[in-house]
Amino acid sequence: MEPASSNVQLQVENEGRPNQKGPQFKGKKKGPNKFLKFLNSKKVVPYVFVSPFIITFLVLTLYPAIQGILMSFQSVLPGQVTFVGLENYSRITNGTFLRALTNTTIYVVLTVIILTVIPMVLAVFLDSKFVKMKTVFRASFFIPALTSTIVGGMIFRLMFGEQDTAIANQVLGFLGMDTVNWRFTAWSGMFLMVILASWRWIGVNMLYFLAALQNIPTELYEASEIDGASKLKQFWYVTLPQLKPIIVFVTTITIINGFRMFEESFVFWEAGSPGNIGLTVVGYIYQQGIQQNNIGFGAAVGVVLMLIIFVVSIINLILTGAFKKGDE
Amino acid sequence: MNKKRFPLLKWVINIGLSITALIALFPIISLVISSFMPSSELMRNGISLNISFDQLNLDNYLYIFTQAPEYWAWYGNSLIISAVTIVLSLFFSSMVGYALALYDFKGKNLFFILVLFILMVPFEILMLPLFRMMINLQLVDTYLAVILPLVVAPVAVFFFRQYALGLPKELMDAARIDGSTEYGIFFRIMLPLMGPSLAAMAILQGLASWNNFLWPLLVLRSNDMFTLPIGLATLLTPYGNNYDVLIAGSVMTIIPIIILFIFFQRYFVSGLTVGGVKG
Repeated sequence: MEPASSNVQLQVENEGRPNQKGPQFKGKKKGPNKFLKFLNSKKVVPYVFVSPFIITFLVLTLYPAIQGILMSFQSVLPGQVTFVGLENYSRITNGTFLRALTNTTIYVVLTVIILTVIPMVLAVFLDSKFVKMKTVFRASFFIPALTSTIVGGMIFRLMFGEQDTAIANQVLGFLGMDTVNWRFTAWSGMFLMVILASWRWIGVNMLYFLAALQNIPTELYEASEIDGASKLKQFWYVTLPQLKPIIVFVTTITIINGFRMFEESFVFWEAGSPGNIGLTVVGYIYQQGIQQNNIGFGAAVGVVLMLIIFVVSIINLILTGAFKKGDE
Repeated sequence: MNKKRFPLLKWVINIGLSITALIALFPIISLVISSFMPSSELMRNGISLNISFDQLNLDNYLYIFTQAPEYWAWYGNSLIISAVTIVLSLFFSSMVGYALALYDFKGKNLFFILVLFILMVPFEILMLPLFRMMINLQLVDTYLAVILPLVVAPVAVFFFRQYALGLPKELMDAARIDGSTEYGIFFRIMLPLMGPSLAAMAILQGLASWNNFLWPLLVLRSNDMFTLPIGLATLLTPYGNNYDVLIAGSVMTIIPIIILFIFFQRYFVSGLTVGGVKG
């Protein structure tokens, strides 16, 4: 059963150390040595290397995924699991879930626009030859990403406090506008979540765009200059098409992260927001599955969320033309 | 094409970028300044533009160093969990990524597709069944429960594979002729060559683990087992917060991340590039 490559290696090894009594040595300790040779053969080695992935995939992804789908058809109580068919799913279309889904969808749309356009513009400016101190700018935009959502959220709670003396209301007052009860009205609640996420992620996405910009061949710009293209036209006809792969990447990541959003809501309202203005789909899973112990129902919401993410991601990939051929 | 053609544009871009950078840094600066303000003042006024500098003092920090043992318990938990997560996930993920890049074996493509697939499956969907699993295994409220799901990170596997694709395969053959085992080749020759990618992933995995929230929130139950984000979040209440531990504690949570970042930052940008652009 010993693979051929291993035999070759054995020979090579013996040639390399002619003074050692290779064959006899092998003869004495046949069992373990053969096993070691087996472990070291080129057919077995890659599987040993990949085994952590195989094990964790089976135990920590596939098994829970199947469990989750099964649980979504069950009523799970401690010591008592009953099959309830589609009951969990039929209960999903209630007002609270639709509220959570609406909130999440608005959040996804807003963050996708903000976190694609602003980082791209910043990156294009930073990449231009007019800007000195590029590293200082790059670091300033990236530093917010180092904070946790909890820490960032706490700062924003203080800056967007209800008091007239908190910064946001001070600025509004300075502009002659009414103060806002930031955490207690629907539009401002959404605004808080979006601005917190944008603040933390703009720098990261900007780095992706910067990296992509630096990979655009300069000949393209030189050629368009000879043709007399303006800066704006250059951006539209040269830069933008070249950035397409990274735009697809950034929008896809932002969509998935948006549908997974939980912390941005938790940090402003902890367990529950007034009138559910900050409830998200994952927040709803947490509320139902953990706090109210409806694990089966929570799992059903999870399955629905996964389907939504898949469908939206695929639509996004089609719209951004990720599947089209012959673009490069 | 010379600079003199666009003097106005140059100014607009520089001033625009400077203002945006200030806005980005403003919350961090406010956080640091506020951490020297009395907690009662923060509760009453929030973070305000008119700072009374004579009020600034070290009380919050003194309080946290002398009166808040639970904060240091959280700090210790976060440090241990993040350190173990970084070491394990770098070790296992680099191994997997390396094999996927440099060996030919049956099922190789299947494994790679699985990695990409898991990247797309949000963790939140697996969390309820995983939570039940942790209850059944009686791992709730242990470090292990927090660390396990992060041990093989698909992002890191994908990243290491991309990086390893660029390593010289000839070195492996040369080492084989010299009688090195396949494991020796990995640990003594190829892993050191993957240094820059390890540094970049150390930052990303460290950041993810240090700031991880939802999963530890589920599996950590007792106050002295909390990590920093969970512990700090317990101090947030719907009506006004006690800001002494919260605000000084927040400033200090950023310190290890900044150290990690400064330490590895040379590799970080190039690291993101490999993983990002090809993704």
